[in-house]
Amino acid sequence: MSFGTPTGAPEELQTFPRLLFHHARTRGDAPAIREKDLGIWQTWSWADVAERVRALASGLAALGFKRGDNLAIIGDNRPHLYMMMSAAQCLGGVPVPLYQDAVADEMLFVLEDAAIRFAAVEDQEQVDKLLEVMDRAPLLEHIVYDDPRGMRHYNQPFLHDIHALMEMGRIHNRNHPDFLDEEVAQGRADDVSVMLYTSGTTGQPKGVCQTHAAFIASARGGMEIDGLDADGDILSYLPMAWVGDHLFSFAQALVAGFTINCPESGDTVMTDLREIGPTYYFAPPRVFESLLTSVMIRMEDAGIVKRKLFHYFLGVAKRCGSAILDGKPVGLGDRLLYGLGTLLVYGPLRNVLGLSRIRVAYTAGAAIGPELFSFYRSIGINLKQLYGQTETCAYVCLQPDGQVKPSSVGAPAPGVEIRIAGNGEVLVKGPMLLKEYYKRPDATAESIDPDGYFMTGDAGFIDQDGHLNIIDRAKDVGKLSNGAMFAPNYIENKLKFFQHIKEAVCFGHDRDRVCAFINIDAGAVGNWAERRNIAYSGYTDLAGKPQVHELIKTCVEEVNATLARDAMVADSQIHRFLVLHKELDPDDDELTRTRKVRRNFVAKKYQVLIDALYGGKATQFIETEVKFEDGRRGKVAADLRIVDASTFPAARQAA
Amino acid sequence: MSKKIGDVILDLQNISLRFGGVKALTDISFDVREHEIRAIIGPNGAGKSSMLNVINGVYHPQEGVIIFRGRERKKMEPHHAATQGIARTFQNIALFKGMSVLDNIMTGRITRMKASFVEHALWLGRARREELEHRKKVEEVIDFLEIQHIRRTPVGRLPYGLQKRVELGRALAAEPSMLLLDEPMAGMNVEEKQDMCRFILDVNDQFGTTIVLIEHDMGVVMDISDRVVVLDYGKKIGDGLPDDVKNNPDVITAYLGVSH
Repeated sequence: MSFGTPTGAPEELQTFPRLLFHHARTRGDAPAIREKDLGIWQTWSWADVAERVRALASGLAALGFKRGDNLAIIGDNRPHLYMMMSAAQCLGGVPVPLYQDAVADEMLFVLEDAAIRFAAVEDQEQVDKLLEVMDRAPLLEHIVYDDPRGMRHYNQPFLHDIHALMEMGRIHNRNHPDFLDEEVAQGRADDVSVMLYTSGTTGQPKGVCQTHAAFIASARGGMEIDGLDADGDILSYLPMAWVGDHLFSFAQALVAGFTINCPESGDTVMTDLREIGPTYYFAPPRVFESLLTSVMIRMEDAGIVKRKLFHYFLGVAKRCGSAILDGKPVGLGDRLLYGLGTLLVYGPLRNVLGLSRIRVAYTAGAAIGPELFSFYRSIGINLKQLYGQTETCAYVCLQPDGQVKPSSVGAPAPGVEIRIAGNGEVLVKGPMLLKEYYKRPDATAESIDPDGYFMTGDAGFIDQDGHLNIIDRAKDVGKLSNGAMFAPNYIENKLKFFQHIKEAVCFGHDRDRVCAFINIDAGAVGNWAERRNIAYSGYTDLAGKPQVHELIKTCVEEVNATLARDAMVADSQIHRFLVLHKELDPDDDELTRTRKVRRNFVAKKYQVLIDALYGGKATQFIETEVKFEDGRRGKVAADLRIVDASTFPAARQAA
Repeated sequence: MSKKIGDVILDLQNISLRFGGVKALTDISFDVREHEIRAIIGPNGAGKSSMLNVINGVYHPQEGVIIFRGRERKKMEPHHAATQGIARTFQNIALFKGMSVLDNIMTGRITRMKASFVEHALWLGRARREELEHRKKVEEVIDFLEIQHIRRTPVGRLPYGLQKRVELGRALAAEPSMLLLDEPMAGMNVEEKQDMCRFILDVNDQFGTTIVLIEHDMGVVMDISDRVVVLDYGKKIGDGLPDDVKNNPDVITAYLGVSH
């Protein structure tokens, strides 16, 4: 038997159950899973986990779970739920993790779509949700729950305590000692190993079927680049239904054999992080941001000596920290200072953050500000960005050590081919591609082009280092009149990384140059103004101050300078801008409720301003109707000054 | 609900309590059955907290008989009540503000610690064994009340709703057979109230603890109690199932005022 061998893996390690039993055989005493229970970290060794998975799988089989069945998994990151994933896979079934905070009706769609007969859930809350929709999900036959709390009065015969299931399985296993091994032996690398539902911003969610081979290849590629091995710890706290958690906490943990750590509850993650001190960590940008903010606020309250020391050494880190982490040449003086800083500031700081053992930390999910990104790298935390989709096992590009840039998402990962389509869309191909969308051959055909490339829907370009830069959703990308690409989000994000800029709207599609509306951040700019003794009466007044225009101008010019460095986007530099007299507001329909700019509406509403920007006028009078929170309407009028920003010559390919 | 309400375990007969010339309670009789949730309601100054203090042994009524588990009680001090398995919470939170949540709940175990002062001070064999045992029990309470994230936080830094929960935790740590709750939901928002209701019901259901509670929020009282006593100006004006009490004209008058 050799079906689609994943990159160089010996045959006995081609599926996740085989990997699990391999770890149990070869290093059975090593820790596989930890969970904090009653205030103490409890450890399961690989042998323990294998025994439990065997029992759970046999128990599921005894209940009638068959090859090809789907098992819904609903709950926080609990060891038993991870084990249930393996148990389903042992029997040739497919685990389908669901987002645990979804309401019952949202779950119903997946239950029906995936024809779920068996569900493994965390606790009473999830059981209640399933009971609520059970009459509408006639296929659902059995529910297994992990936490018995509050379940005393539930006596429905289709509800099973997970420990009872294990006992059932152990008996089954004694009576049929070869059953499970035979089931595992039947598993093949190109079997579907997991089904992850995409969030579906357009239309209904789709079940993405990924094979053992795809996730194992992705896991191996990542390990190779980041040098991950069996000796490591990861904190597993992000939703199990998210592709990233499945890659890190399930696929890579099983391939590399490191330990996953489940926090006590969602609220204790930060404490647990500090206690475990993971070697491998993932968090969205806002977590890194709030970590930093909390440290900065506490430093403000520290004594003067500590505060001075802290800021001095942060300065040193800013100067040379990233270069040292990247192994680039740094002068002896800075190196010594940085060493001292590690002793006095960076080391203790990393410890407070729970990141002192970190080998690599990842962030994804939203754009991360370059300052924030560089801050963590400068204090010696190897923070990287991740790019990928559910359809690609979250494995497309990786940032190899020493080549990490805040602007790019890195070089194509091992085994991945990337191509940029004519419209700028990023196309990818490799072993990590989805097998199909569940029961949606039409959607599968639509998403994969005739050459076998998956169409990501993101627009991007490959820079001179061969790294992929993601700029926007492909559908938002337009063209300037000279044919150069225009990606409004990309530019707006760069602007919004400045604390003084709250919102920005860029125009340029079918025009000869880019112009922008800017919304200042009332809090940050207000503070700034107070410290400079600039008196102002309100938002409109503040937004009209010449000093504020100068401040914003420096921000815009800084963005222009970074844009100029890249030939692809150099033409998108902002030539003229104005500071809006009112905040863009969802109540005025200018933003969506999730605070995304409604570009076309704004363009139409402020047509006169756009005309002024492109018509070369120096000021423009505008009067706008606004709705107040209490429902009253009023008018805001202002004479807006239009500011010309300097642009920079595009850097041609560096010689 | 499948819980079984048992026999009368606390019987209060003709209780009168005076502070000098002020009559706080006048000739009040009612009983509490095992495993039930018994509410005491009434307008401000009706004598609800005094009643709780009588049960708890803080006040000694001038007249009347208290029979607890078949034995008539004469003079009893609060610590006797504690050793007999009665625990309580207070209207104004009475926690050690500078101590952590864990330590506060640990104090609830004090009546169950057997090792001597010297053994504790020197951390000798029995004290150490005991402490581990008690800590485990405390961790179970923490898990039960879902307050793991504030285990090490000084109580004074917590929001009010959580402090109330910690206070309940300390009472629970004593593994009481009867729990007296003095306005457990006062000053809480709707969500905090819902949480607290769930915890009270869970305590009653899972540990079979008998609960006597004072509460202002009528909705809450009617939803969770098995029987309700109504006091007004130190006198009992109603007693019975929530629905009966709700329709009792005296109760309506006391709460809503006299209709004109």
